Amino acid sequence: MIAIIDYGMGNIHSVKKALESLGAKTQIAQKASDIASSDKVVLPGVGAFDDAMLELEKKGLIGALLTHIKNKKYFLGICLGMQILFEESQEAKKAKGLGVLKGSVKKFSGAGGLKVPHMGWNQLKIRGLSPTTEGNLINKGTVPVLCPLFKDVPDESYVYFCHSYYPAPENKSVIAATTEYGINFASVVWQGNVFGVQFHPEKSQDTGIRILKNFVTL
Amino acid sequence: MLTKRIIPCLDIKDNRVVKGVKFLGLKDAGDPVEAAKAYDRQGADELVFLDITASFENRKTLIELVEAIAENIYMPFTVGGGIRDIGDIRDLLNAGADKVSINTQAVKLPELIGLSAEKFGSQCIVVAIDAKSHMVNDKGSAISHKPQATSKHWQVYINGGRTPVDLDAIEWAKTAAALGAGEILLTSMDFDGTKDGYDLELTKAVSDNVSIPVIASGGAGRPEHFYDVLAEAGADAALAASLFHYQELTVKQVKEYLSKKGVRVRL
Repeated sequence: MIAIIDYGMGNIHSVKKALESLGAKTQIAQKASDIASSDKVVLPGVGAFDDAMLELEKKGLIGALLTHIKNKKYFLGICLGMQILFEESQEAKKAKGLGVLKGSVKKFSGAGGLKVPHMGWNQLKIRGLSPTTEGNLINKGTVPVLCPLFKDVPDESYVYFCHSYYPAPENKSVIAATTEYGINFASVVWQGNVFGVQFHPEKSQDTGIRILKNFVTL
Repeated sequence: MLTKRIIPCLDIKDNRVVKGVKFLGLKDAGDPVEAAKAYDRQGADELVFLDITASFENRKTLIELVEAIAENIYMPFTVGGGIRDIGDIRDLLNAGADKVSINTQAVKLPELIGLSAEKFGSQCIVVAIDAKSHMVNDKGSAISHKPQATSKHWQVYINGGRTPVDLDAIEWAKTAAALGAGEILLTSMDFDGTKDGYDLELTKAVSDNVSIPVIASGGAGRPEHFYDVLAEAGADAALAASLFHYQELTVKQVKEYLSKKGVRVRL
């Protein structure tokens, strides 16, 4: 059973529909016991960092999420759902993140005339597949282990992004893929049972469905 | 590298795709759900759904139709038409829209842009601007088609292009961006439906003046037009409706052409 957390932060139906099309059993989780009774959790989310943390707190879900992760059960954070895994965000006025991953979430500077939000289809440079390049965050002082989400996903596949903030993990070994938008940022993070993707797999056509399938079959 | 986006648009009236009569290979030519599925298969980068009569007739976009479309596609989906307040936006996002496009109400109540961006995030708030050119003399008064006209301006129209308002399109785009819009959907009323190409001058003027993505709309007729607006005028995305509805071109054909010409697209 995959619990999809519903905390009022945007559309959860696309994720549910995509997972169900892959044969997964899902439930919309609005309370802590829903999380406890599931073996996987998906935390979607669009909107503001503060609101997301506030809503999770109001619904009493933070403890259950942390317990789920601590118990080595699989977790997938999408977009804002990934960002709140970190300790803090430049977007937040008061809220702290879950702190599951060390590091912060930063805003794109817009330097060089780059438009912010970063919106549209961009490529994944996948650790273990992408050749090491100068200045690239991946394959640099890390063991190039392929993240299980990328089984049968070719390097440089296109996925859909829609965000103004990006994660900057302290520990580079959690970076499973990067994407270039003025800078190379961590577009996928992976630490044991915890996965986070900055793009929207549920909106990324075949590539996105493949990545979700890999999560379902973990 | 971020690619340029090709976006088919479904203009919806009374739950049917307007102009959609010749959609080849579809059971129901004007069925928006079938059209949306076809575009998903063609590899469209995004889909825009505009309830073109909603604002004028003061009726709300039909939530059920949004749900039905969202249920059937795996690409980002923007919905516009008749949005009045935060509640309307929430309803559309809950129904499966990824972004909402606000036009008339953004002009009437600009603070809605900031409120909704704060609530739902800038990335899902698109401000749509319908603009029409007119010539202005050095005193600032409109003297269209007169030889002494000195500079070209674009005036903003609301209510589906029916009502001119006292706003300059470039200034309005800058204001909308500053208020928190995540994207501008820019339609040239002069070029819309002509198939003579996008309004490159207007698109460039807006794109150069805002730091958020600009979707160009109105006038697409041939693959070269997409190249011109994306490569020359600086648009981040190009939208077309009837061209794709009538299958004069498929999304794939446009993208293949662009790729050959060196424009980054997702094939």
